[in-house]
Amino acid sequence: MQQELAITALKVGVLLNLLLMIFSGMTFIERRLLAFMQFRLGPNRTGPFGLLQPIADGIKLFFKEEVVPEGANKWIFIAAPAIAIITAFLSVAVVPWGGTVTFPHWGILPDFLEGRPVLLQIADLDIGVLYLFALSSLSVYAIVMAGWAANNKYTLLGGLRSSAQMFSYELALGLSWIGIILLAGSFRFGDIVRYQDGWFWHWFLFKQPLAFLVFLVAGTAEANRTPFDLPEAETELVAGFHTEYSSMRFALLQMAEYVHMITISAVGANLFFGGWMSPVAFLPDSPLWFILKLAGFLFFFVWLRGTLPRFRYDQLMDFGWKVLVPLAVLNLMVTAVVVVALQ
Amino acid sequence: MNIDAVTFYVAAALALVSAIVVVAQRNPIYSAFALIVTLCSLSAIYGILGASFVAILQVVVYAGAIMVLFLFVLMLLNVRPEERFAGESLRFKLLGVGLAGLLAAQVAYVLWRFAPSGVAAVFDASSRPVARILFSPQYLYVFEATSILILAALVGSVALARKDA
Amino acid sequence: MTPDIIKHALLLSMALFAIGAVGVFLRRNIITIFMCVELMLNAVNLSFIAFSRSLGTLDAQVLVFFVLTVAAAEAAVGLAIVISMQRHRSTLDVDTFSLLKW
Repeated sequence: MQQELAITALKVGVLLNLLLMIFSGMTFIERRLLAFMQFRLGPNRTGPFGLLQPIADGIKLFFKEEVVPEGANKWIFIAAPAIAIITAFLSVAVVPWGGTVTFPHWGILPDFLEGRPVLLQIADLDIGVLYLFALSSLSVYAIVMAGWAANNKYTLLGGLRSSAQMFSYELALGLSWIGIILLAGSFRFGDIVRYQDGWFWHWFLFKQPLAFLVFLVAGTAEANRTPFDLPEAETELVAGFHTEYSSMRFALLQMAEYVHMITISAVGANLFFGGWMSPVAFLPDSPLWFILKLAGFLFFFVWLRGTLPRFRYDQLMDFGWKVLVPLAVLNLMVTAVVVVALQ
Repeated sequence: MNIDAVTFYVAAALALVSAIVVVAQRNPIYSAFALIVTLCSLSAIYGILGASFVAILQVVVYAGAIMVLFLFVLMLLNVRPEERFAGESLRFKLLGVGLAGLLAAQVAYVLWRFAPSGVAAVFDASSRPVARILFSPQYLYVFEATSILILAALVGSVALARKDA
Repeated sequence: MTPDIIKHALLLSMALFAIGAVGVFLRRNIITIFMCVELMLNAVNLSFIAFSRSLGTLDAQVLVFFVLTVAAAEAAVGLAIVISMQRHRSTLDVDTFSLLKW
């Protein structure tokens, strides 16, 4: 029992560090990639090739003054970034990063770790995918609270818009997953990924193409990324719901947004691209395939940001409710009919 | 003292405290946040009692959607904290609490006399068995009627909240 | 799993129901009254789940599913009514909506 706890604590520690490293790397890579797409250079002064830029950003944010606006609701103002980061990090707990790996016998590890198989997933829940859905529903509150607590009409409007956008597209996101759950027959991430074993045409990308399209669009809207980032656009609404935040609280909100984006990319890599399964049958499955697919998704998000203009808010809501939800329901119906017919 | 019992009592205490905050707090937005805490702690209790599917549904539907609706309406209507009014007296508040206490005492008496004992040993309440019962002919009519109810609520709420323009 | 847990869960359900009832008696803001009604619905859900565990049947969980759905529909329609009430009288105090009182 205590050994299990120790191994889980180790997994949590490693995963948190990994997430924070990917987050800081993403802030840098996004700026550089966007710059290359826009035919300019990004940050390349701090350190070799600008690689120390995230550290410089962190130091700058750390030393800024923490301001709580007058008339703002102090406790809720402080609680909102905390809730954002809590729900963002909690949702990573069910995402698997690989299959079962065994510790090799190095001779320097404690006795119970030698040769022990470890699942690269913190919590293999029975209801894995639903848990993710529940936590993304809870993450809406952080934005609502942040927007309302700052006593500022721009942040309130930005917060309400952003949360309305998030829970509208959440519906389409969840519906796109249900077709996959029907085919795989289980809510567990591990079962869904193992269903895609074999060559790459077993991936759900090819079995559920409509669901993948819906997932891409809805996932981008969920993560508040361009072209759906009107609620936090700098040119409209004065940066939206996080206008009044400065220093570390702002850093926490940004961290929550990036971790949310990483989670959606990880879920997409697991559900549609086969997770850690290799695309060719003769190469072994390994977490490196998963990292590759995750990197592909993250690159795609940055690519979208550099390419597409923003949606207007009413276009956004129309698209979510009138196009994506019917498409997702259509996909679900066709999948259900096919599953019953093939039984 | 196993972890299940500890989590149950902590969640129960949290649910009680936040329920009292819902009722006693003057600002409705704080009441709404306290209700969210209550709903999430109740979801934890459902999980401990073995109903994992219903627990996660509670978070998704209740805490994740219904309370967002409440918060939206509260923020859009700019609801102010309740003010003291003439005619308010401590006597009526005590009378209200007393009546509810009477209700609680009656239920407690029944529970103490006819309390169920024992816990079902094998209990699989994941999604598949619950869905099997939900979609069985026994609940088919209720299921379809609920779908029509949701449709009626959808159309009705849009019709009611529209501005007569 | 201590056998007392069912009894304690039912007591908690009763306490939550009573607290919700106090809220419905004493509060004047219509949305707060609505939230206390939701609290009472949740207390009933908890007692359903407790009995489901004690009797070993899953029918009670299906009933909880329906209660959840009906509560969602009721919240939507109720809040739409509240919005039109606010538009009419510019206040959400229940005491002002007393036209039908004799």
